[in-house]
Amino acid sequence: MSSKFSIQRYLRGLVFPFCPGCGNFIVVNSFLKAVHELGHQDLSGFVFCSGIGCAAWIPSPYFLADSIHTPHGRSIPVATGVKLFRPELEVVVFGGDGDLAGIGLNHLIHAARRNVDIKVIMVNNMVYGMTGGQVAPTTPFGTVTTTTPYKSFERPLDVTRLIAAAGANYAARWTTVHPEQFKEAVKKALKIRGFSFIEMVSQCPTAFGRRAGFKNVAEMLQWFKQNSILKEKAEKMNWKELEGKIVIGEFVCRQEPTLGDNVRQNIWRKTHG
Amino acid sequence: MAKRIEVRIAGLGGQGVVLAGQILGRAAVYDGKSVVQTQSYGAEARGSAAKSEVIISDNKIAFPMVRKCDILVAMSQQALDKYISDLKGNGILLVDTLIKKIPETEAKLFKVPATKTAEKTLGNKLYANVVMLGALIKETRITSLEAMEKAIRESVPEKVREANLNAFKEGLKLG
Amino acid sequence: MASLLGSGVYFWQGNEACAYGAIAAGCRFFAAYPITPSSEIAERLARLLPLVDGIFIQMEDELASINAVIGASWAGAKAMTATSGPGFSLMQESIGYAFMTETPCVIVNVQRVGPSTGQATKAAQGDVMQARWGTHGDYVPIVLSPNSVQEMFQLTVRAFNLAEKYRTPVILLVDEIVGHMREKIEVPPIKEICIVNRKKPKKGDRSFFAWAEVAPMPTLGEGFNVSVTGSTHDEYGVRFTADPEVHRRLISNLVDKIEKHRNDIVELEAWNTDDCSTAIICFGCTSRAVYEAVEEARRKGVNVGYVRLKTLWPFPAETIRRLAQRVEKIVVPEMNLRQLFYEVERAAYGMAEVTAVNKIGGGQIITPEEILEEILS
Repeated sequence: MSSKFSIQRYLRGLVFPFCPGCGNFIVVNSFLKAVHELGHQDLSGFVFCSGIGCAAWIPSPYFLADSIHTPHGRSIPVATGVKLFRPELEVVVFGGDGDLAGIGLNHLIHAARRNVDIKVIMVNNMVYGMTGGQVAPTTPFGTVTTTTPYKSFERPLDVTRLIAAAGANYAARWTTVHPEQFKEAVKKALKIRGFSFIEMVSQCPTAFGRRAGFKNVAEMLQWFKQNSILKEKAEKMNWKELEGKIVIGEFVCRQEPTLGDNVRQNIWRKTHG
Repeated sequence: MAKRIEVRIAGLGGQGVVLAGQILGRAAVYDGKSVVQTQSYGAEARGSAAKSEVIISDNKIAFPMVRKCDILVAMSQQALDKYISDLKGNGILLVDTLIKKIPETEAKLFKVPATKTAEKTLGNKLYANVVMLGALIKETRITSLEAMEKAIRESVPEKVREANLNAFKEGLKLG
Repeated sequence: MASLLGSGVYFWQGNEACAYGAIAAGCRFFAAYPITPSSEIAERLARLLPLVDGIFIQMEDELASINAVIGASWAGAKAMTATSGPGFSLMQESIGYAFMTETPCVIVNVQRVGPSTGQATKAAQGDVMQARWGTHGDYVPIVLSPNSVQEMFQLTVRAFNLAEKYRTPVILLVDEIVGHMREKIEVPPIKEICIVNRKKPKKGDRSFFAWAEVAPMPTLGEGFNVSVTGSTHDEYGVRFTADPEVHRRLISNLVDKIEKHRNDIVELEAWNTDDCSTAIICFGCTSRAVYEAVEEARRKGVNVGYVRLKTLWPFPAETIRRLAQRVEKIVVPEMNLRQLFYEVERAAYGMAEVTAVNKIGGGQIITPEEILEEILS
């Protein structure tokens, strides 16, 4: 950390298109702070891949870096292709819950299983925001959205727990009321080799909060604060007590060999005799 | 040898008829011929009807499929019944001796105990396909022996190479 | 490399020749999902690619496969995937993405009987129009159609060369018969194989998209800060989600980039088309029956010629139009229920009678006799 943090250093200077109060601003700020604190003066060596949705617009084209804005749900296979061919690049995926855990969930699980050395940041606003507020696989049970006008009737997916179980080297969940912890998680994820996944539970006042009964952003943040429970504490609670809670913290942190390690060391060693 | 010879090898999936066709085709390439080999099989890996067709010619081969064949190698009753009508009147028919009912035919008939020989001499009926190739080459000389042996060597995994070459030699004694 | 691909005579399956052709063309990344009748391409490349320090990966589905290929292409690889009808259907969105983002890559579709699961092991030519119009929106794909094992090798190399030259996805539209047949093939010395590589930007360049000619393509990680997007974008890769002019300019240029170079892209095999009374338009395995039918017709005193489309798309409408002015009848045999037929009919513009020979199901190839019958009728 030789210089003072200046966010502009990492941006193209275009204006972000997010609504006032959007959690994406916190994600951008904390992520780039983490990058800065790790000593990166710019984003050279980084490649950002993102699919479709508000969170996918975080890097593309706003970060002053290489970025690929992929078809909906396909950021992870694109990132896998990049990383396998150019292992020296730091490949980071940004996406929303709909993009990564809805249409793209298959890829997310398999990327964790392969332990491909990419970093995935999932901004979970619990709704399809860009398309106007439809129910998502992460929407809490009983929430009013534009496609669940009588309240949602499906259970939400615990994506971070799933990805930890699928084989990721690192998985953590924080919310936008924990920007410092999120920043530290990003630093850790960037330092660890292997598949790293961070879920950032985030507020969408425009497409989610309004219909779900929150008067303003502050109320949503208050909701996060009051319902967040550290993983260590949550482990001592039963599922009934955990209903409607957001379990935060580190779900897994390990150093298993990555897909690239296995491809290069095992296969190439064999074929090259 | 005629300018163009069309061979059909037919049997059940798992009998190695596709491999037999590949070996035959490869051998003919080593002899400097034009060759097309095609195959047909069901979605199932075992037990369904399977056939392999090889066209060997001194000239370029346009249409790649066998219609009326000059040589029919039948490894199963079902295959024989299905394809005998497409064998030319002056054609050559090789049938495994496991096949009991051989329809009336004008073709030159050879009953080859390929499966029996494979089981008895080589200890595994899976070699019947290559035994049959031995008998086929003995009776027809559609490829040279050298080309055939080279083709066998290059078409099968190393650990069964010798066994297959032996199977071929056993086949040459039959027919 | 030399030992991997020594020149000489081989007895290869079409799919195998495709794999070797890819290696010869410089393919160093392959991602695919198993599907009959294309899997031999993957199986062969799984063996070959590690030998040339290339990457092979079997992905979780065809969506992942084509997108991994797109990522690898931007990472600097010549990249390919191979599939059949059902997988080709799944890939369509991303083929459009590759066109939109000007990502060179090769997609092999070894056609089987469809729609849906159809008949997995049986040949068909039913994806002609899907290869042309499969993705949404306006675009111009390059689609090549081999009819022999030798051409599986050559056209795979050509597919990579066209993809690199025009920065666009190229589809190799094969059928099960050509993919699975084994033939004698002569592999030329590697030095004699023409290889084209994508144009790279100069230091300081910032415009990488939507040129009237082919724009230079940066590789990720080289400091160009390239912004790749499937959304409507300008020359700098900046999104314009509503501007009609930016969209019109982008798509016009992407289409023109291909259309302007038709003469370079379109490859035909024509025989006796100058003074024939009947002409046959054909492609893929069906053309192998056409060769025999034409010979037989001429023996019977009918003056027949043929045009074989080695490039299916862009469609050589002008060639067909001129042909229609000279001949009385055009026959279009294809293993589907009329797809290329309508394209030929449109190009012939009523100047010649256009008739069809069609066959579907069971992988039954159209025979020379069936084509002859149509010629004589």
